[in-house]
Amino acid sequence: MDIRRFLFITLIIIILIGVVVLVGSSQVSPATIIVSMLATTVAVATPLTLGALSGVFCERSGVVNIGIEGMMLASAFFGWFAAIYLNTILGFQPLPSLLTGVVVAIITGGLLGLLHAWLSITFKVDQIIGGTVINLLAVGISGFLNRQLFFEKGSIFGGQVPHAPGVLPRIQIPLISDIPVIGKIFEQQPIAISAIVLVIIAHVVLFYTRWGLRTRAVGEHPRAADTVGINVYKMRYWNVIIGGMIAGLAGAYFTLESVPSFEPLMTNGRGFISLAAMIFGNWSPFGAWAAALVFGAAQALQINLQFFRTLIPPQWAFLQQSSIVGLVPYILTMLILTGIIGRTTPPKADGIPYEK
Amino acid sequence: MNTNEVILEVRGITKQFPGVLANDRVDFDLRKGEIHALLGENGAGKTTLMNILYGLYQPDSGEIRRNGEVVKFSSPKDAIAQGIGMVHQHFMLIPVFTVTENIMLGDETVKNGLLDQRTVAALVRQLSKQYGLEVDPQAVIQDLPVGVQQRVEIIKTLYRKAEILILDEPTAVLTPQEVEDLFHIISELSHQGVSIIFITHKLKEVLAIANRITVMRNGKVVGTKTPQETDEAHLAEMMVGREVILKVEKGPAKLGDVVFEVENLSVFDQRGLEAVRDVSFQVKAGEILGIAGVQGNGQTELVEALTGLRTPHHGSVRLGGFDVTASSPRPMIEYGLAHIPEDRQKHGLVLSFPVADNLILCTYYQQPFARNYIIQNKAVDEYAHRLVEEFDVRTPSPYLPASKLSGGNQQKVIVARELSRPVKLLIANQPTRGLDVGSIEYIHQQIVQMRDRGVAVLLVSAELDEIMALSDRIAVMYRGQIVATLGASQATREGLGLLMAGLQIAEA
Ligand SMILES: Nc1ncnc2c1ncn2[C@@H]1O[C@H](COP(=O)(O)OP(=O)(O)OP(=O)(O)O)[C@@H](O)[C@H]1O
Ligand SMILES: [Mg+2]
Repeated sequence: MDIRRFLFITLIIIILIGVVVLVGSSQVSPATIIVSMLATTVAVATPLTLGALSGVFCERSGVVNIGIEGMMLASAFFGWFAAIYLNTILGFQPLPSLLTGVVVAIITGGLLGLLHAWLSITFKVDQIIGGTVINLLAVGISGFLNRQLFFEKGSIFGGQVPHAPGVLPRIQIPLISDIPVIGKIFEQQPIAISAIVLVIIAHVVLFYTRWGLRTRAVGEHPRAADTVGINVYKMRYWNVIIGGMIAGLAGAYFTLESVPSFEPLMTNGRGFISLAAMIFGNWSPFGAWAAALVFGAAQALQINLQFFRTLIPPQWAFLQQSSIVGLVPYILTMLILTGIIGRTTPPKADGIPYEK
Repeated sequence: MNTNEVILEVRGITKQFPGVLANDRVDFDLRKGEIHALLGENGAGKTTLMNILYGLYQPDSGEIRRNGEVVKFSSPKDAIAQGIGMVHQHFMLIPVFTVTENIMLGDETVKNGLLDQRTVAALVRQLSKQYGLEVDPQAVIQDLPVGVQQRVEIIKTLYRKAEILILDEPTAVLTPQEVEDLFHIISELSHQGVSIIFITHKLKEVLAIANRITVMRNGKVVGTKTPQETDEAHLAEMMVGREVILKVEKGPAKLGDVVFEVENLSVFDQRGLEAVRDVSFQVKAGEILGIAGVQGNGQTELVEALTGLRTPHHGSVRLGGFDVTASSPRPMIEYGLAHIPEDRQKHGLVLSFPVADNLILCTYYQQPFARNYIIQNKAVDEYAHRLVEEFDVRTPSPYLPASKLSGGNQQKVIVARELSRPVKLLIANQPTRGLDVGSIEYIHQQIVQMRDRGVAVLLVSAELDEIMALSDRIAVMYRGQIVATLGASQATREGLGLLMAGLQIAEA
């Protein structure tokens, strides 16, 4: 990801926000709009950023992972279940319950990563099929258990959804939250903050450490890595597991940070959008983050769409239906990203099993 | 430096691949500071033996001794730890990494948890100075010419403190100048006590540089000689097991009509630079036009433009009177174009396909190989068996994936495919790269026979001997232009050499 591209994406986000400010400034002060939109952008981008990072680790090492969606969904469910179980059945405080839930989500993702690695590295199953298996498995298991555990009579929760322990609280980062305006933007919940921190960590790890050099080597030319004594299978295994764990954290966002509930299929394609963000970001952490932010900004725009109401002529009123409004961020993101980003290059050996 | 101290010994190494005994009780030894050449036909088992020494393959039986002690290599890591370094036939560099990153990969220097590029780059600079291996540590591999990439490979082994350096066909892809540089480097290394195993098919090189020469055939060692005890003809005979005619027999050309006409052709390369500038020539039926030139002077782009793989931005190409300037390859192939591409693995073969499928890659949809859109396996099978036999492709079966063949046998598959169709024009780019003397003899004969049957031949080669042996006319390419065209009788090695270096004929 070159700086130019990153700046360009930043510019786009500024334009998106600018439009809302222009339209809405008669009703709300521009500063309020900007801060609220930026805060929403960062928050909404969280699962995408994490999902894209998950993809970056897998694909940089040469394993295509389209199972991120499923990894998120399963983690969202198990994390949530763990939190509720601790809170209502075992009587833990909400915060420790939620944090344990996050850990459970990460472990769930890691285990699914292990499954994907096992299928695609050891058994050399087609990686697209392996990913699809995980997606189907996640939908099935989370849907089934959700019904069994919460809605069946005689289950541990007695057939009704218990009162959830709420969501992770916003945190104030010492120095940063003291900065006027900007401080407000970064007053986020812990997973959103950790996503940003992980972007930086992933960038350093991939491009400045031994681990990263080897990861990229096995993703580009595994045989060359093999001839200098690098264990290609081991590198790939670990990167896919790490990717799974990050996808697990993304899953935790849905049920432990965004809303205090689980619904079947609630990830709603975010895993796939993450993959798009990863591609648009040229398989680099900052690039992926920037692309995720575009989506976040588009969604922030959608949330503020009420400002546009007065601009819409009555015969176009049907556009305000939620089903159509909901499409706005998806369409905007695709248009912006495909239109501007141009060609990106995947790792050379991406998706190709290594044969000794 | 060449003492008699044996630092590496191989005893009774045997390696069986499905259907091929690649190494059959091989004995071999290497002395400190010697340059030991390893010769042998394509598929003789040279690369296999080296891969065993480097820990990539495990032998079925036999042992390796390092300084007298038995060692076992279960991966390259073990071999590297024993001071063995290898430069592979196909380079093992990561194109998008820098020189420094490639060199340190697998043996990184780390400071505070981060890669210490600076220290490694300094070490690379020091090594390049010590051994005369000029290279910029910050350069990205894919921007470097092959000769420099090879230096990176050598530095990579020295960085790992290699005392034994294996070079698998290091000169096959080099320009004459680069070969000379490499020989300097090799002698320098040997003076400093590094032992070198050097695989090649070029007998002249072997006699010029080696201290000892070991010849392999069919997986066995045939013998070890010193250059004083032997000569080219004798070595060729040891390799192939029969006498080889090192000179091509050919009569005068019987010229026919113009088959191929190129006018004012200009072509851009990948980076959008003009690689071919205003090139014009004709090839008549029954003649061989050789294009000589140091690699990288636009030959690759020229041939790509002529064969429909790259669109020229100016000029025209006419094949048999038809304009084929921006044509796709298929109509040209159907008209009668045969193409032996420069890079066999990239443009010549589908490596994962069996040999048989590779043999019908141009004709699979035609009779008799397909009927009503269905591949006729029987016809394919017969054809494949016949070609494998005729062109002496060493493979246990025509259904082995092409990737499993030795480098030279992969080349033979392409040559077999292209020379066994009824063609009117043959464009051959480095057709004998990586082939042994016996196969070169055979392919040269085939090309001459095609000429005599009235095929127009365009031969592009960086190998002066090949150009001089085959061509009826010789065009010299320099910096994208044809700087001179000579009749074969007017051409001398020296004259061509000067033209290839960009000196005008008047001075030559
Ligand atoms: N991985 C493999 N699987 C099966 N057969 C193989 C494999 N590698 C090599 N062979 C076979 O072993 C034989 C020896 O191959 P090798 O590559 O050692 O030949 P070589 O002497 O290096 O030839 P060249 O000069 O053409 O490179 C060949 O017949 C080849 O087809
Ligand atoms: Mg070989």
